[in-house]
Amino acid sequence: MWGWLLRRLGQIIPTLLILSVLIFALQQLMPGDPAIIMAGEERGDPQVLAEIRAELMLDRPLWEQYGAWLWRLLHGDLGFSWRIRQPVGELILEKLPVTLQLGLMAFVIAVVIGVPAGIVSAAYRDRPADWAANGIALAGISTPNFWLGIMMILLFSVNLGWLPPSGYVPLTEDWRQSLATTIMPAFVLGGGIAGVFMRHTRAAMIGALGQDYVRTARAKGLPERVVIGRHALRNALIPVVTLGTIELGRLLAGAVLTEQIFSIPGFGKLIVDAVFNRDYPVVQGVVVVTALIFVTLSLIGDLLYMAINPRLRVA
Amino acid sequence: MSASASPAVAPAGAPAVARADSPGRRALRRFFRHRLAVLGLVVVLVFVLAALLAPWIAPYDPVATSWSRIRRAPSALHWFGTDENGRDVFSRVLWGARASLMAGGLSVTAALLLGVPFGLLAGLAGGWVDTIISRITDAMLSVPFLILAIALAAFLGPALENAMLAIAISASPIFVRLARGMAMEAKATEWVEAARSLGNPPWRIAVLHVLPNIVPPLLVQATLSIAEAIIAEASLSFLGLGQQPPNPSWGSMLNAAQRFLTQAPWMAVYPGLAIFLVVLAFNLLGDGLRDALDPRARGR
Repeated sequence: MWGWLLRRLGQIIPTLLILSVLIFALQQLMPGDPAIIMAGEERGDPQVLAEIRAELMLDRPLWEQYGAWLWRLLHGDLGFSWRIRQPVGELILEKLPVTLQLGLMAFVIAVVIGVPAGIVSAAYRDRPADWAANGIALAGISTPNFWLGIMMILLFSVNLGWLPPSGYVPLTEDWRQSLATTIMPAFVLGGGIAGVFMRHTRAAMIGALGQDYVRTARAKGLPERVVIGRHALRNALIPVVTLGTIELGRLLAGAVLTEQIFSIPGFGKLIVDAVFNRDYPVVQGVVVVTALIFVTLSLIGDLLYMAINPRLRVA
Repeated sequence: MSASASPAVAPAGAPAVARADSPGRRALRRFFRHRLAVLGLVVVLVFVLAALLAPWIAPYDPVATSWSRIRRAPSALHWFGTDENGRDVFSRVLWGARASLMAGGLSVTAALLLGVPFGLLAGLAGGWVDTIISRITDAMLSVPFLILAIALAAFLGPALENAMLAIAISASPIFVRLARGMAMEAKATEWVEAARSLGNPPWRIAVLHVLPNIVPPLLVQATLSIAEAIIAEASLSFLGLGQQPPNPSWGSMLNAAQRFLTQAPWMAVYPGLAIFLVVLAFNLLGDGLRDALDPRARGR
């Protein structure tokens, strides 16, 4: 187990280093002079431009710029926003809890819908319940979540007037209002992932139901409810847990458009606003943090997989 | 070909007929038995035709504004209504199919051309070449697809071509990984061993012996990737990073529609429905191709 963990970390570190090079290289794709963008109104003043260039180390060779950037990154310094004039790390920390609330709600919705649907689908394989679950899952996966968001606003806010169309109230301020403002976006985010969960749970359950121990349990005369619930499900959920951590990371990507639609001031809206404002350090910072979260989650997923599947512990 | 695909084929339960039957023909028959996949193929073809024939079948000019026909509800004159500038939504949806399908098709083709050679190289060469290529792939896959595409498109600048390039780059690592895995599997087989012992150079083995065998899984992944790429293009255009106004694209139409949700909901309904249908069709097609080409992978 420890050997495995060391090997895994040995893979992650070079991966993250290469990623840092790629993220740094993004700057080089940028059209135009960053100093001019950053100077804003004062772009005509050569004195200001020279100062900015010196500050951003734009007058130094690339490898030196990268070295300095990486050094600051390793010390938790994600740079300084060009527009909001605030450290990027602070900005991200401010916005992250909002997205975390949204993401966790979406995750709960996805699990609560997706996993039981997958179990039912596998238990009633090739029957109407299975077709219905498969159809809904496929529709969920195929719906662009920003369109689903717009349609839900149209139905629940514009036509029925049940929920606010946009905005966000923090949990600490008023939990009822907070839930009212986040339930639609959480459903939009969770809906597509519920489809993914359903498909994987179904596949894993079908695999488990074909195993010898399930046949033995049935031969013993155990009721089907016990066979499915206690014997098949436990084994089927192992791959689903790993998948869950990966999907949790993917929620971050989904949050980008969903937060934009519902005007929720989270992590996703931060990157979109930064893109519009050409605030490149913020874009880079968001990508760095997303990758870190994603890599950490997949490591946790692997550890969980080892923890609940004793057969792998020796490997 | 058509004979084997017709309903005259023996039902699934019948014993196998001892007749010369190529694997390709069997795959084709499996595919056509899959009714939903055929439906997906038909819908995809309808959208492709709509995109190709848009200049002739669109009833109005997609960019012509008309101040006397602003935000009209759907009617016999304007099937999908008109938008905030009096443009015909139906015509714009037809023309928008061009941006979406082009982005889907071209960016996935580019991702294949970029990803497959590197994957084959990594899988066949092994050693440090494999290590470097694999770590770069891991690095790219550790950023969620859409965030990577948004970041790339942001730095490249807003334009449909740049959005397509961003999507292609973001979609390529999955093909590297797939081609690498398949090449490693193929490398261990006897027929590649035989080809090597006959003195074939590595590139020849890669192109003639490995590539044809990995086409089926690549085709399946490419179809599913097109679905993802279409959503990505719509997302980027929605954010203003793809197709630029006044040219129509489903994503940018939805962006405009959001501001008129109370007055003109039809502006939001139809472009989104078009994205949903075409993505659903590509997903059905991909699932059907997977069942037809690789029966072992069913239910994955």
